Amino acid sequence: MTKQIHLAAHFPGVNNTTVWSDPRSGSQIDFDSFRHLAQTAERGKFDFFFLAEGLRLREMKGRIHDLDVVGRPESLTVLAALSAVTTHLGLAATVNSTFNEPYEVARRLASLDHLSGGRAAWNVVTSWDAFTGENFRRGGYLAEADRYTRATEFLQTARELWDSWAPDAVTAADGQFIRPGGISTFHHEGKHFTITGQFNVPRPPQGHPVIIQAGDSDEGRNFAASSADVIFSRHSKLEEGRAFYRDVKSRLPRYGRSPDDLKILPAVTYVLGDTQEDAAERAAEIRKAQVSPQTAISFVEGVWGRDLSAYDPDGPLPDLEPDLGPGVSEGRAQFRGDRGAVAAKWRALAEEKNLSIRELVIETAAPQTFVGTAASVAEEINLFVQTDAADGFIFVPHLTPGGLDDLVDQVVPLLQEKGVFRADYTGPTLRDHLGLTKEPS
Amino acid sequence: MTLHLAVALDGAGWHPAAWRAEGARPDRLFTAGYWAELVVEAERGLLDWVTFEDSLGLQSSRFDAPDDRLDQVRGRLDAVLLAAALAPLTSRIGLIPTTIVTHTEPFHVAIGIASLDHASRGRAGWRPRLSARPDEAAHFGRREFPPLDVADVARIRRLFGEAADAVEVVRRLWDSWEDDAEIRDAATGRFIDRDRLHYIDFQGEWFDVKGPSITPRSPQGQPLVTSLGHDVVPYEFAARGSDVVYVTPQDKDDARRIVGQVREAEATVGRTGPELKIFADLVVFLGGDKARLDDLDGAALVSDAHIFEGTPEGLADLLVGWRDAGLDGYRLRPGVLPGDLSAITQGLVPELQARGLFRKAYETADLRGRLGLARPVSRYARAS
Repeated sequence: MTKQIHLAAHFPGVNNTTVWSDPRSGSQIDFDSFRHLAQTAERGKFDFFFLAEGLRLREMKGRIHDLDVVGRPESLTVLAALSAVTTHLGLAATVNSTFNEPYEVARRLASLDHLSGGRAAWNVVTSWDAFTGENFRRGGYLAEADRYTRATEFLQTARELWDSWAPDAVTAADGQFIRPGGISTFHHEGKHFTITGQFNVPRPPQGHPVIIQAGDSDEGRNFAASSADVIFSRHSKLEEGRAFYRDVKSRLPRYGRSPDDLKILPAVTYVLGDTQEDAAERAAEIRKAQVSPQTAISFVEGVWGRDLSAYDPDGPLPDLEPDLGPGVSEGRAQFRGDRGAVAAKWRALAEEKNLSIRELVIETAAPQTFVGTAASVAEEINLFVQTDAADGFIFVPHLTPGGLDDLVDQVVPLLQEKGVFRADYTGPTLRDHLGLTKEPS
Repeated sequence: MTLHLAVALDGAGWHPAAWRAEGARPDRLFTAGYWAELVVEAERGLLDWVTFEDSLGLQSSRFDAPDDRLDQVRGRLDAVLLAAALAPLTSRIGLIPTTIVTHTEPFHVAIGIASLDHASRGRAGWRPRLSARPDEAAHFGRREFPPLDVADVARIRRLFGEAADAVEVVRRLWDSWEDDAEIRDAATGRFIDRDRLHYIDFQGEWFDVKGPSITPRSPQGQPLVTSLGHDVVPYEFAARGSDVVYVTPQDKDDARRIVGQVREAEATVGRTGPELKIFADLVVFLGGDKARLDDLDGAALVSDAHIFEGTPEGLADLLVGWRDAGLDGYRLRPGVLPGDLSAITQGLVPELQARGLFRKAYETADLRGRLGLARPVSRYARAS
C-alpha cells in the first residue's frame, strides 16, 4: 500500500547550520519571521511547525558561544501567537521535563491545545546538566541515569492531569457550569513527583496533545515506543533510517501499540537546483557558509577540549592529542560522548583526503540530506517513506524566514501529484493530520 | 490631564454568576475566539490595556482553598499564552497576563513575557501574583505550605519577599541582553558581541539564577510590571519592582488615604526612578444585571474592590470625582462579559471623551510610552 508522507518544519535554530551571514537572512526573533515560516508550512499543508528550546546559552572556553545564532523566544508563547495566524498547522513546542513541573507544563500544553483548536504538540526533552540548572530553583541535581525515569513519570503525570477532567465536564446549562463528577481529584505518588489536587484547565480538544520524543538511546527508544506519537530522529540516511525504523516499530507491540501509532520523522535538510550539478554547487556554498573559519576552529576545539585559537583554519589539524578532561564546551550535545574516538576519526580522514581544518569540518559537520532538482528530491523523499526508512521528515531550513519557500513551491506539488501527500487538510487537529486516534481517557 | 483606563478580563465577568447573564457565551470561554472578540472591542474603545487573571488551582469563593461549587465558572487558560494568542489580532492595546511567582520559575516567566513583548511589538506587561493557597502548593509538591493565617505578618512578608526576588530576577534577565548585542559581524564570524550579554548572578534566600536570558531584549526593554495591593506590605512590594499598582479604595477619602500609603511605601523602600502609577480597581455593572445575578448565585456579590452599579455617565462622574485623590487611572472589572465591556467602550469612553478626559486615538504603539514611561537602557550597559 502506498504510504502517505508526513512533513514538518523546524524553525532555523542556534546551530551553525543556520546561515545568518546570508543577505537574505532575516531576524531570528521578530514575530514576522515565525509567521512567515509557519504560514509557508501551512501553505504546503505540513503536519506541524516545530520549535526547539535551550534554557541556557551555550558556552565555549568559559564564555558565551558567539559564532552561531544566539537567542530565541519561549516556544509556547510564540506558538500561541502563531495559533492566531494559522488555521490547521500543528504547533510543536520543545519543553524540558527536568526544569519544569508537570502541573504547569500540562496546563500550558492544554491551553495551547484549546487556543489552537486541537493543534498542540509537546516535544518532551530531558537534560540533567548542572550548567542549565544554574538558571532554576532546582539546580542541576538530576543524575544522568534518572533523566528518562523523570521524563517518563513527568509525561505520565501530565496525562493523569489531562484525564482528570471529563471531556464533557463543562455543561454551562441548568445552573451548573461543571457537571457533577466532571472534575476528578488527582493523586500522583512516584519517585520524582508526589502531587495531589485538581487540575484547572478543561480536557484538551485532542484529549492529549501530540507527544514527540527525540531520544536515540535504548532507553530513549523504549520511552518513545511506550509513550510518543512522533519520533524526531537523527537517522537521515537510507540504510540507517531503515534499521532505526525497524527497531523502533518492532518495540511497539510490547506496549500494546501498533506500528501506525508512532510516526518516525528524521530531521533533514535540502538544497534545490535547476540541475543536479547546480544543486550540488549550491549545497557546497551553503556548507561553506555554515562553517566559517572561526566555526571550524571552534568545532575542533570542542572535540579536542583545548584552546586552538592560534591555529590556522586553512592549515592542518593540530599535532596535539585531545584533552579528554571536562572539555571546553557547555550546552551542546554534539561535544559529549567519546571525543577521543571522534578526534582519531577526524585525523584519519584529514590525512587520507589531505584536508585543512575548515575542509574537514565542512566535510564532517554539515551533512545535507536531499540535494537535487525538485523532481529528484521528491523521488528521494518518497523512496525513504515507501521503503520504511521514515514516515516523513522534519525539514530544517538553513535560512530564516525564506528557507522553506522553494520546498513548498516546487517539491510539495510533486508529492501531491504522486498522491503520496495530502492536497488539503482533511481534519482540524494535528492528530487528524498524523492519522492518530484521540487518546482515550 | 487625561485618564488612563484598563480593563480586567476574567472568565465570563467578575460576577460569579456572570456566565448565566443574558448574552453570555459560557460555552466559548475556552476558545480563542471568545477572547479575541473581547480584546478587539477593548481596543476599539482605545483602552490602555487589558489584564488576564491566572491561578494554579481552580477558582474558588474562598480565599485560601478550593470550594466544591459547580455553579460558577471553573477552569481557565494559561494567561501568558492567552495574551500571546491575542497579540497578532490587535495592534495597539496592552496585554498584561498574570503569573504566579510563588511556584513558577522566574526564568520561565522572564522569557515568556519578553516573547509576548516581541510578538506584540512592545505591548506586553506582567502582573506578578503570589499564591497563599496550600492546595496550589500541593499541585507542585515541592514545599511545605501550611494554611496562611492572615494575622501572621512575618510569613506574609516572607511570601512577598520571595515574590520581590522573582520580580528582581525577571527584570535583570530582561536587561541581560543589551539592545545592540546582535552584531552579525562576518569578518570575525560573530553573531553577537558577547560583551553585551550579562550574567545576572542573582543569589537570594529562595533561589539563585545565573543568566543571561535566552531571549534577546524585547521592544520595550522592560515590559510594564503591574501589581495589585490591599495593604502596606503589597504596596512596598509594588514600590520595589512595579511600574503600576492597582488599589481598591471604597470611596474618595479612602483613595486619598491609600495614595498616601503608597507614596509612603515608596519612601520606605527607597524607590528610585518614576513614581508608581496608581490605578483604582472598580467592579462595574452598567447593565442592571447585578440583582438578578446575586439571586442566581445565592448571595450578594462580595469584592475586594468597590462595586459600582449605574450608568456610564454616573461612572464617569465617579472616575472624575475620585481622580484628584491622586489616581492616575482605573482598572475596571466588568461584572458581566461582554455586556459591561461594551458599555465601557461604547458608553463610558465616549462620555469621557466628550468631557475632554480620554484619548481619541492611541498616542503610542508601545505600552510604556502610553504612561509616559521612557524605554529604559539596560542596567548592564556600559556608559559609552
